[in-house]
Amino acid sequence: MKEFFKKLEKLDRRIIFIFVACALILPLFIPLNIKFSVTQPVQSFYDTIESLPEGSKVLLSADYDPGSMPELWPMHLTAVRQLCKRNIKIISIQLWATGSPLAERVFNEVAIGEFHKKYGEDFVNLGFKEGREVVMVSMGNSIPQTFPTDYHGNKTDDLPIMQGVKNFSDLAMIVNISGGLPGTKEWVLQVVSRFHIKLASGCTAVSAPEFYPYLQSGQLVGLLGGMKGAAEYEQLEGIIGLGKRGMDSQSVAHLVIFLFILIGNIAYFSTRGMKKEKG
Amino acid sequence: MPTSELIGTWVAAGLTLFCFSFLYKDNPFYKFAEHLYVGISAGYWTSLEYHNVFRPNLWDPLMRLDLNLLFSFPELGFSFMWQSIILIVPFIFGILFFTRLTKNYAWLSRWSMALIIGIFAGIAIIGYSTGDLITQIYANILPLWTGNWLSSLNNIILIIGVITSLIYFFFSKEHKGTLGGAAKIGIWFLMISFGASFGYTVMSRMSLLIGRIYFLFGNWLGLIQ
Repeated sequence: MKEFFKKLEKLDRRIIFIFVACALILPLFIPLNIKFSVTQPVQSFYDTIESLPEGSKVLLSADYDPGSMPELWPMHLTAVRQLCKRNIKIISIQLWATGSPLAERVFNEVAIGEFHKKYGEDFVNLGFKEGREVVMVSMGNSIPQTFPTDYHGNKTDDLPIMQGVKNFSDLAMIVNISGGLPGTKEWVLQVVSRFHIKLASGCTAVSAPEFYPYLQSGQLVGLLGGMKGAAEYEQLEGIIGLGKRGMDSQSVAHLVIFLFILIGNIAYFSTRGMKKEKG
Repeated sequence: MPTSELIGTWVAAGLTLFCFSFLYKDNPFYKFAEHLYVGISAGYWTSLEYHNVFRPNLWDPLMRLDLNLLFSFPELGFSFMWQSIILIVPFIFGILFFTRLTKNYAWLSRWSMALIIGIFAGIAIIGYSTGDLITQIYANILPLWTGNWLSSLNNIILIIGVITSLIYFFFSKEHKGTLGGAAKIGIWFLMISFGASFGYTVMSRMSLLIGRIYFLFGNWLGLIQ
């Protein structure tokens, strides 16, 4: 047995890669339909949007790039879908330049494609603005001055949706889809603490642990962490999207990794005992 | 699928496989994909910054500056063009960055750096002190008994975790006796938080891999919907 563990210690990492690949690929062809429950942070995210009155205006900041799409794209789609369904007006901005075409795609697919919403009246994409935290603080003074034109070059002041919108006090809440920096942390530090507006975040799983303290302190009203968060959000919306479909693969891959960690530790402690005996 | 999209899908699939080939071992296909990515990223960001930042925020407003108007009607012209004139200041600071290319005047670039660091430090300090430090301290002043066993236990664990973790980072006294014991408990709390972070990182990386697998088997090969 100990010889077996000794061999395991020198196991070629490529064998582990094959196991992980199989664990990810097979459930895509043979769905396992593993059930999962909705966690409180996701429920709060959903409930906060549900509690907004019809016609209110929400700022949707899509701060991510195609690299984070598998995790953030499903929650971005679902958030726009929920906002459109509730007849809430969406003002979208991006603090990541690569977020602008993604925001456009989501609007075309959901707001126009599914809900036949009108650009400039029901939703608007103000586009990308360089400046990170400076842009956030500047928006606290004036959103139209920070974004004088939208993504398509239209004057912001002329758009019907922007009538009566001066700064954060004219918005019901902020929904942030965050791929890193600048993202949720900066929105919390620069905007929530200064302008006292509700913020809900959808973020990558990597950054989720960093944001849980903000949830506990009430600085975030809801949190979607990674693909699991997206899947739970899709479940609440009653749709089967990319998040939910990826959960089988995710679960099986986690199980495989867990087993490898367990076996690796058993092998390590067993062989350590052998080395001590020899010594 | 339109031809352009089809070509794009095949190129993306090829490059994905080139990147995955690194899992076997380093090879020229992976190197090609890596260099292509670095090159395209550099070009893309340069172009993006030029069209989205430099031109609309600095160059175009400066080009609209009409000095004749300024000299003919000083009061009127000045008030109209003040917003453009003020842009000369960041323009000069921007130019100063390029002095790094010279040996004798490289020190001038520090002025630009100082300005940027100063602005961002000022903004960050306010944000961190009001949004992080004070609010998080306030959020950790919790009652030990709330009337509910579970939430009380939650608060107790949270408070013990915060205090013992802080003790672990207190280096002014040797970690012995009660202090040492508390620091050890702090290490356990820190290890659990690192474990949670690692678990989330694994989840994140798996999600990215699922995204690529979806692309290869769905968009490219059409085997899954």
